[in-house]
Amino acid sequence: MVNDKGYYGEFGGAFIPEMLYPNVEELRRCYVEVSESDDFQKDFRRLLKDYVGRPSPLYLAERLSEHYQTNIYLKREDLNHTGAHKINNTIGQILMAQRLGKKRIIAETGAGQHGVATATVCALMGVECIVYMGEVDIERQAPNVGRMKMLGAEVRPATSGSKTLKDATNEAIRDWINNPEDTHYIIGSVVGPHPYPDMVARFQSVISEEMLWQLEEQTGKEDPDIIVACVGGGSNAAGSYYHYLNKENVRLIAVEAAGMGIHSGESAATSVLGTKGVIHGSRTLLMQTEDGQIIEPYSISAGLDYPGIGPMHAHLIDTGRAEAISITDEDAVKAAFFLARTEGIIPALETAHAFAALDVLEYRKDDIIVINLSGRGDKDLAIFSKYFDQHE
Amino acid sequence: MNRIEKLFAERQKDILNIYFTAGYPGLNDTETIILSLEKAGVDLIEIGMPYSDPLADGPTIQESGQIALQNGMTLDLLFQQIASTRSKTEIPLVMMGYFNQVMQYGEERFLKACVNAGVDGLILPDLPLYEYEHQFKDLFEKYGLCISFLITPQTPEERIKKVDELTRGFIYMVSNASITGAKKGISEQQVDYFERIGAMQLSHPRLIGFGISDHETFSTACQYSKGAIIGSAYIKKMSKSENIEQTTLDFVSMVRGRRSSAVSPQSSD
Ligand SMILES: Cc1ncc(COP(=O)(O)O)c(C=O)c1O
Repeated sequence: MVNDKGYYGEFGGAFIPEMLYPNVEELRRCYVEVSESDDFQKDFRRLLKDYVGRPSPLYLAERLSEHYQTNIYLKREDLNHTGAHKINNTIGQILMAQRLGKKRIIAETGAGQHGVATATVCALMGVECIVYMGEVDIERQAPNVGRMKMLGAEVRPATSGSKTLKDATNEAIRDWINNPEDTHYIIGSVVGPHPYPDMVARFQSVISEEMLWQLEEQTGKEDPDIIVACVGGGSNAAGSYYHYLNKENVRLIAVEAAGMGIHSGESAATSVLGTKGVIHGSRTLLMQTEDGQIIEPYSISAGLDYPGIGPMHAHLIDTGRAEAISITDEDAVKAAFFLARTEGIIPALETAHAFAALDVLEYRKDDIIVINLSGRGDKDLAIFSKYFDQHE
Repeated sequence: MNRIEKLFAERQKDILNIYFTAGYPGLNDTETIILSLEKAGVDLIEIGMPYSDPLADGPTIQESGQIALQNGMTLDLLFQQIASTRSKTEIPLVMMGYFNQVMQYGEERFLKACVNAGVDGLILPDLPLYEYEHQFKDLFEKYGLCISFLITPQTPEERIKKVDELTRGFIYMVSNASITGAKKGISEQQVDYFERIGAMQLSHPRLIGFGISDHETFSTACQYSKGAIIGSAYIKKMSKSENIEQTTLDFVSMVRGRRSSAVSPQSSD
């Protein structure tokens, strides 16, 4: 889908300062060859199976299906080690970093799930790990900060801008500029300069690879009618769409965070509010002023609180291949309580946006819908608990 | 030949390029700063377009950009300020910023505005060589603007040759792989790098930037190139300045290794 310069249609590329060129170019030259080598695949597959616990189950949610009068399957990425899809990518990237001889790992994190997944693989491989996290997110995702520290990572606060994911990413990029020789930057989503969006999508594609045979086993056909995933940068969405991208019969739904409402001024609904521009080294859709200044986004969910989307999603949405839906904070929280009480599963706030989309999505009774359950909600209990009164 | 090329044709050494962030410390200080820098003996001025997310910049330039944006700086206002200053000076002016700013303004519209305001060149650290060559080179040539690309200690030789081929004006030689304002002093390792690049006999002059802050680092840089670029050290001084003209004169005198005098209406270089 991506061309050799890293473009998905008109989106993508590598708009990076020259200081980053050697590292990004090294990665670009070898990411396909290395990740497709037998030696790499052997380690990657073994760790995904024995360490992460893959394949993650595909679960027919009967009570939810009954409520919505359709057939809803949940792809249980929440059951992975560390509790989200993020670890599929960090396992891949740490193996890549080892093969490039890198000794020091940096990462950015919003919800803390990618930070935890990075800290985890660094502990596993015995390498130094520094995670940049916005000050606001350090506060609202405190349990994950504790987990990163327990795993031996250093968490460095990002204090500029809105002190969230965008700013953490800026700091990680600056760190990489300052440490050009020994460091690998494990980006946590399908964002950043080429080859990151494609590399991360490939590592996450294990999700849709499993869906093919799991659906065949359970429903008699590989293809669902609809796949629903939340989109921050878009890695869990990319992973769950990947093997279905060329199957036009499968509808792809990208669920963004509307925050307090799309036009409230406090939103992260990039596909609606965004225009074409460059963020974090990639030409994509982003929220910006007429003068090209990036607008500070807002969402209750730290993992969706980002003013851009990955170039692959910009292309999918721009060409109409994927449909975007935006969900407010309030509706996401409501959906999280509903899932908890109908299926006994507490989703991450990010993931809850995907579930809320069921209330606005058009579907048929005999459709097969897969929702990518990207992560579990333990980290969000402090936020959910503020809503206990409303959900007695 | 535009003003930048003319400067390098006329002067072979000790060229001093000073960066300031437009809109900082005050929204309307652009003209005062440019004229003060010229009066103090600076050869070339780099005007920073403040940006919300300046990836290649350290805390000093980031903060000055934040304040400039809060002050209300916009590209239209900046072009107006430069145009009105241009009637009073012939000093070469380079604009530095991030590619997204140019893209949103509209690439051709931006280049036209540069020419109309009297800007001579651009530095866009996140505009890659590849994109420039395939999408923008013809436009830049049409408008006769200079463009500087960056090289770092890690830039491979082949790519340095490409930079030399695509640059018009001067090559921006980053002294040490880092963001701006990050490191002080010049190490032996850096000197090796300066010598290595010097030996390549590139067709364009080089200015060394990043980590140049005082007389010592400026003189060392000048031994290995046509001159140097100073940003963060000047912004730091400006942050405490009560008189832009005096602060600028003192700063430039310090860098040049000259004694500074008080600013008076008659004073000249
Ligand atoms: C559980 C979960 N889902 C989704 C996301 C959003 O990221 P992406 O869009 O890359 O999947 C995050 C990010 O932190 C997350 O933790």
